[in-house]
Amino acid sequence: MKYVLLFCGTEDDARQYSSMSKADLDDQLARVGVWFSDPRIRGGQRLQPGSTATTVRFGANGDPLVTDGPFIEGKEDIGGWAIIEVDHLDDALAMAKSWPARGVVEIRPIHESEQG
Amino acid sequence: MAAVFRDEAGRLTAGLVRLLGDFDVAEEIVQDTLLLALERWRRDGIPDRPGAWLTTAARRRAIDRLRRDARFRQKLALLEAEPANDDEPDDRLRLIFTCCHPALSPRARVVLTLRAVCGFTTAEIAGAFLLSEAAVSQQIHRARRKIVQAGIPYRVPGPGELADRLDAVLAVLYLMFNEGYLSRGGGDPARRDLAEDAAWLATLLTRLLPAEPEPLGLLALMRLHLARAATRFDAAGDLVLIADQDRSRWDGVAIAAAIRLVERAGAMRRPGPYQLQAAIAACHAEAPSWADTDWPQIVVLYDLLLRISPSPVVRLNRAVALRWVAGSAAALAEVDALSCALDGYHLFHAARAELLQELGRPDEARTAEERALSLTANRAERALLERRLGGAVSSPASPG
Repeated sequence: MKYVLLFCGTEDDARQYSSMSKADLDDQLARVGVWFSDPRIRGGQRLQPGSTATTVRFGANGDPLVTDGPFIEGKEDIGGWAIIEVDHLDDALAMAKSWPARGVVEIRPIHESEQG
Repeated sequence: MAAVFRDEAGRLTAGLVRLLGDFDVAEEIVQDTLLLALERWRRDGIPDRPGAWLTTAARRRAIDRLRRDARFRQKLALLEAEPANDDEPDDRLRLIFTCCHPALSPRARVVLTLRAVCGFTTAEIAGAFLLSEAAVSQQIHRARRKIVQAGIPYRVPGPGELADRLDAVLAVLYLMFNEGYLSRGGGDPARRDLAEDAAWLATLLTRLLPAEPEPLGLLALMRLHLARAATRFDAAGDLVLIADQDRSRWDGVAIAAAIRLVERAGAMRRPGPYQLQAAIAACHAEAPSWADTDWPQIVVLYDLLLRISPSPVVRLNRAVALRWVAGSAAALAEVDALSCALDGYHLFHAARAELLQELGRPDEARTAEERALSLTANRAERALLERRLGGAVSSPASPG
């Protein structure tokens, strides 16, 4: 089964991240690199922070409205994503639990019509 | 009939999930089959081999259902070719782990386990939880869809995951037990007893996982509670605290059997929260009276429990036991230290009230008692607190 893992973090996580030393940061990046070398990962990318986001929202009449910022209102921000292909949710959970950069990882199954 | 369903439903669901590879469809077919059996058996009586009857009926339904669905064409051939046999391996452990998966909400785990493993009908679950049948149906439907769509596997977790996942299963069973046990007393006798079903599930788990001590601990804990069940309410239906219960009416045979379970678990040398709670319950069950309870032992057991799973409620219980070892003043100091964490918990204020009363501070005791009363909605508990509040005004409360 294919799943998307969404890597999220709170403002606290972001603060902690920006206060890390160069050595700790390099170390974490290296561990993320190792994590991404798992052959079950089919793709993934790191995103710029939510402050760089622009949102297009379609109103009731179908007109697009452009606003600044991410569409999710709240403390959490999506920092990146990965697509994985594993046997079942327990394997996806094990991968998410081994994510080296902390924060929050949401596991979403890809729709059954796209699974093949 | 409930006992037959309980023995057969889990096997039936487990076998069908394995055969079809689809939890959603298998669970639905089993529920339909149970409803059919309920209708037929009421009219014609329970057949000689109810398990075989259910298996045949479920297979027939499965074949009908699969014919209508192209996705299952290959499975259909398999189902028609494979003869039904009675001695299929016991697959219920996989079923239990699937129903109690942490990706489902805690309530959904309870409901799904009752239906798929214990053979409850939707109506029985609705009755047990005082919910509408429509609400229960919707919850089950959603949980079944999640299992299929999120890819929740039908498997026993591997050695590395087993400890965490077993904890989740035991939590579901204990929740189920408490839901039944606490709502007892003056209830509808026709209502299926969740506490009995939870104890049955715990027994099943001890058979399916014989090398694990915690299921034994949980089973012992449930049996010890049930052994005292008859004395928890007085003739008027009011709650009686353990200190005031008529110990001659406790089930001594059941208590002895439960203590053997605690010892069997203890011999595995892997203590856990359920074993420790059972050991504490065993100390109470063996004591000739509240005052003659082995309090030093109970305090030691609470200390161990705090090391494994620290919580303010466990600290409160330890403080109550400490009163008998180190006196009311020492116990009150421990209780007062929990005021931040437990200010919203009625038993915190009830315990404080009792200690204040013993220390000759009736005004503060009364305030605490009133605070306790304002925090509980449970009718039986309210009645008990009101009686105590009456006692606190007219005469000093006698300990024990």
